[in-house]
Amino acid sequence: MSQAFEQVAPPVTATRSGGWLRPALVVVLAALLVLVPQLVKQGDVLNLCFLVLLYISLGQSWNILAGFAGQTSLGHAAFFGIGALTTRTLWTNGGPFIPALFLGALAATVFALIIGAPTFRLRGAYFAIGTLGMAEALRITISQTSPLVSTLPIDQIAGYDLAARYYLALALALATVGVAALLLRSRLSLGMLAVREDEEAAQATGVNPLKHKLIAFTISSFFAGLAGGVFAFYHVSYYPEAAFSPHWTFDAVLISFVGGLGTIGGPVIGAIFYVLVRDRLAVTLVDIHQIIFGILFIIVVLVFPGGLVEAWERLRKAGRFSRRGR
Amino acid sequence: MSIETVAQNLVFGLFVGSMYGVAAVGLSLVFGVLKVLNVAHGELLMIGGYVTFWLFAVLRIDPFLSMLVTVPALFLLGVVLDRIIFRHVTRLTGEAKIKNSLLVSFGLSLILQNVVIQLFRADERSVQTSYSGTGLTAFGIVLPYTRLLILVIALVAILSLHTFLQRTYTGKAIRATAEDWEAAALAGISIQSVYLLTFGLGAALAGIAGTLVSVSYSITPSIGLAWTLRALVVIVLAGTGRILGAFPVGLFLGVAEALSATFIGPAYRELVGLVIFLFVLLLRPQGLFGRT
Repeated sequence: MSQAFEQVAPPVTATRSGGWLRPALVVVLAALLVLVPQLVKQGDVLNLCFLVLLYISLGQSWNILAGFAGQTSLGHAAFFGIGALTTRTLWTNGGPFIPALFLGALAATVFALIIGAPTFRLRGAYFAIGTLGMAEALRITISQTSPLVSTLPIDQIAGYDLAARYYLALALALATVGVAALLLRSRLSLGMLAVREDEEAAQATGVNPLKHKLIAFTISSFFAGLAGGVFAFYHVSYYPEAAFSPHWTFDAVLISFVGGLGTIGGPVIGAIFYVLVRDRLAVTLVDIHQIIFGILFIIVVLVFPGGLVEAWERLRKAGRFSRRGR
Repeated sequence: MSIETVAQNLVFGLFVGSMYGVAAVGLSLVFGVLKVLNVAHGELLMIGGYVTFWLFAVLRIDPFLSMLVTVPALFLLGVVLDRIIFRHVTRLTGEAKIKNSLLVSFGLSLILQNVVIQLFRADERSVQTSYSGTGLTAFGIVLPYTRLLILVIALVAILSLHTFLQRTYTGKAIRATAEDWEAAALAGISIQSVYLLTFGLGAALAGIAGTLVSVSYSITPSIGLAWTLRALVVIVLAGTGRILGAFPVGLFLGVAEALSATFIGPAYRELVGLVIFLFVLLLRPQGLFGRT
């Protein structure tokens, strides 16, 4: 059973190779990313960078729950939406933005904890359809209770600063990836991975499955809520329902799987790939990227469970041609 | 509120419920026999609706008559999908099988939805026959012809499926596979052929449901998810593993929605099913009507 399950999620191996090189690269990369608004003057390119960063946070937050703890939630949009709705409401009613952002994330987390304990009684596919039903029920409720389009006040639009949005998304993406990386190096993640591979066996060895699933859910929904808050900060006007759209869930699923589920780099590469392909193709054809990603997704699930990250690793290994003589 | 209004809503709930029933039986058949969860079922239904719409708009074929084309076309589509995609999933076992089938069919639903957008645009489409809007009146209750036909066709489809599964040799092979595929294989039943046929039948049922839906509502390429969810709600209420039992539960859901729309408000009709669904899923995982 668990052997076949590896079809979906390959075991995560924390690569400790590279020594000082890897952190140094990350620092250089981060510095470059900070300079992007100074270097790039075209609004559309900066816009694209913003979207990549937002989708990194979205994908990585889903990856923590689905990739690490093995809980394929299809209700991720609910937490994104709650974060967006709370942040937007507090902020547009005159509240300071940063506290509003964190209150939004907190609201998403509280909601996750309330629904978490009962939904985690469901296993596998039942958990997936249960969370999907929950998110849709919430979306329909929001579309009824907040049917009006939410537009920023005039003075906010006049002072709209895309660079500020970019920096916020950058901070969030770095935080999400950083927390995921720290988590993967912690003892906690061992429990999560054990639950992912075989819940009964994990329990038998003294791991508390519910506790580990709830911790993963808490972290995941917190960052999804923050991503929703950044979305609310970014968009000038949108229907509150839009932040609850199942598309946010589906995008997170596609990004994580195509990039490489259960890895740190996977959602990052997946998000870059996703946003760029979508942008390139949207110019010529309507939404054809969804077809391409649907096909890629099926291929990843069926024959290439490691996604782009694994493809890259294999290419590198082939390039170095086996020091261990494999 | 007069007794007639309530009765009228009840009857309409029954009509709507018959569509839920057909959609759910198709999904339940595939789930019960192949043990895979096809969340692209709603997209197959949507494609059935679009085939009907296309035949009606271009060739002026009556939507009910066009089922002679729609249903075999969807059957074929189902067979092709089983061969190129789901065959790779049915090889797996247990939890991995159902989870992978969910993921794969999720990817498939994205593909199908966007292919239809490419072909038909994302606009709303509807099928308006010459007899749409006309009907019988009995005891102060309006019975439109299209709705009556929907109920009749749904009943005929479900009864034919029942007869097929109970009386024919192939039907028995399907039921045997649903019961225990290893024993069925030992008895000489070709499991892969049964899977192929069953998936085709499930898609054909989605095609029937799609035709019925296209006659009653306007359709867009994005209706798939809502119909998948409805079918899932019905299956969970019925208790998984009860294939034809999903039909009466579909009728029940239609009536429950109609009554809640009457007494609570039409805005929340979709919510009723989902709320019942979540409670049943959490409190009675064997289904509202399932046996322990």
